[in-house]
Amino acid sequence: MASTAKAVEPVISAAWGKPQSWTLDSYRSRGGYDGLKRALSMEPAAIIDEVKKSNLRGRGGAGFPTGMKWSFVPKDSPKPKYLAVNGDESEPGTFKDRYILENDPHMMLEGIAIASYALGVHTCYVYLRGEFKFQAERTQAAIDEAYKAGIFGKSLMGKEGFALDCYVVRGAGAYICGEETALLESLEGKKGWPRLKPPFPAVVGLFGSPTVVNNVETLASVPPILAKGAEWYAKLGTDKSGGTHLVCLSGSVNRPGVYEVGMHTTILELIHDDKYGQGMPKGRKVKAVIPGGSSAPVLGADELDVALEFEALKMKQTMAGSGGVIVMDDATCMVRSLWRVARFYAEESCGQCTPCREGTPWQTRLLRKIEEGRAELSDIDMLSNVASSIAPYPPIGLGNTICALGDAAALPTHSFLMRFRDEFEAHVREHRCPFGDHPWGSFGDWS
Amino acid sequence: MAEPLFTPEEQKKFDAGIAEILSHYPSDRKSAGMLPALRLLQDLKGWLPPEGLRLVAKNLEVTPERAYEVASFYVMYHLKKPGKYVIDVCTNLSCSLWGAEKMLAYLEQKLGLAAGETNDKFTLRETECLASCGTAPCLQINEDHHERLTQAKLDAILARLS
Repeated sequence: MASTAKAVEPVISAAWGKPQSWTLDSYRSRGGYDGLKRALSMEPAAIIDEVKKSNLRGRGGAGFPTGMKWSFVPKDSPKPKYLAVNGDESEPGTFKDRYILENDPHMMLEGIAIASYALGVHTCYVYLRGEFKFQAERTQAAIDEAYKAGIFGKSLMGKEGFALDCYVVRGAGAYICGEETALLESLEGKKGWPRLKPPFPAVVGLFGSPTVVNNVETLASVPPILAKGAEWYAKLGTDKSGGTHLVCLSGSVNRPGVYEVGMHTTILELIHDDKYGQGMPKGRKVKAVIPGGSSAPVLGADELDVALEFEALKMKQTMAGSGGVIVMDDATCMVRSLWRVARFYAEESCGQCTPCREGTPWQTRLLRKIEEGRAELSDIDMLSNVASSIAPYPPIGLGNTICALGDAAALPTHSFLMRFRDEFEAHVREHRCPFGDHPWGSFGDWS
Repeated sequence: MAEPLFTPEEQKKFDAGIAEILSHYPSDRKSAGMLPALRLLQDLKGWLPPEGLRLVAKNLEVTPERAYEVASFYVMYHLKKPGKYVIDVCTNLSCSLWGAEKMLAYLEQKLGLAAGETNDKFTLRETECLASCGTAPCLQINEDHHERLTQAKLDAILARLS
């Protein structure tokens, strides 16, 4: 497809790929820290209002309105307040935050400074997934620059009496620590077991104190909102969701990558447009797409003319999640695909809740049995029952576990079975995988 | 007498590292430094020997069991001595769509190791998403990330490991 998709003004990715874009000098030359300057001339409550008006929604997966989350922090708490940045990017299909940390970490740091001032926070922890060594080093270098320039430290960019410290903490390879309460447990030096909610972290969070947990991209979106105004930002998006959107395109497309798109951009445009995915390799056809990270229910090929936006995807009984769009072509085995996804959740279940601890490996075993042609039709029903015991479908988000990992493990199973049941049955009937032993990578250099 | 855990130089680095870590947390929350402290120990020794865990626990004023509980929860901590090079191969969906299963099979054959096994030089592991789905297939060797891998590229990387 030639380029027909309406381009958007890049907000987050404007500087990506430019020389030294990660340095303070580069950031300042682009108007960096102007948003903080304006914020410091405002009352904290007015900053929260501005973020509310911008319609910014959290970019970590849940899409909760950011300004509203900030307003839940009690103003009169005698305890210190904390900001925890969620950079534990781990959901298969999602790889956008690493680009922000690599290319423009000061954008996130300015967001941290603005949020901290608005919330009365004096200590911020940037929690990055353990594998992000390079990204952690680059973020630390940016923090060091910010301290040296007097942005962080004893006075917040010259705001006497307002100290702000910022520390990078690396996780150690546990997906569950991207769940906000598990992240807090991990920050407290424990294993990442999610907490029951309520109380929510905004009231009882890190060290029992009020804590806001925001995703990297969410915080990186805050400086332009303050610098250019909430109205400008809101207008870039839809009625319910302001701004642009970073989407991560991976799987069977010619040009995988992170693209900043308007909320109106459809999945078909993302896959085929010259500006984005540039179509399918070797003339293959799209068979299925996971639109929002591996936990989002899968869509079939006839359902892809849909905007990559929270509400539109919700209407299709799936979700925008963390913006991870995974494309599967017509040579892809859906049983093997689901097996890969199910295996992930079994590996990453923290083991705290029985339905998730027992159900996720059970799903994986059943899928392996089906994929290897050893299953009976009753195993497909069993798979469906096991998924239902973790989280029924629909609705989304009311599973039988403390945190959403259970939902995340069950939703792919429900949706793959709903849309591609015939493939599961074909495996049983033929006593083998109809796609062969190694159906994948046929278009890569590994063939 | 058992050999000391650290050389004098390592001891110095450990003590300075622990002091730096503790300065990031409230004074009554020393145990919060557990993850960075375990990483510090692993950076120095290549793994987490039991006497090291006890030392971390002592510095953070928690029980050794607590240190073990945390260390055993996270996959990046090594409770057994790994090979000199730990190779983590992502085989999740996006990487598999770009041939990661074949890459793992090739590595198993080339290194003479099944996923999950260790010899003196290598530990080979099948791992979950490395957040590099757009530049698949990918793997990590110790803490170095490699992406958009082909057989030729991988051969060249392995040839550089002594």
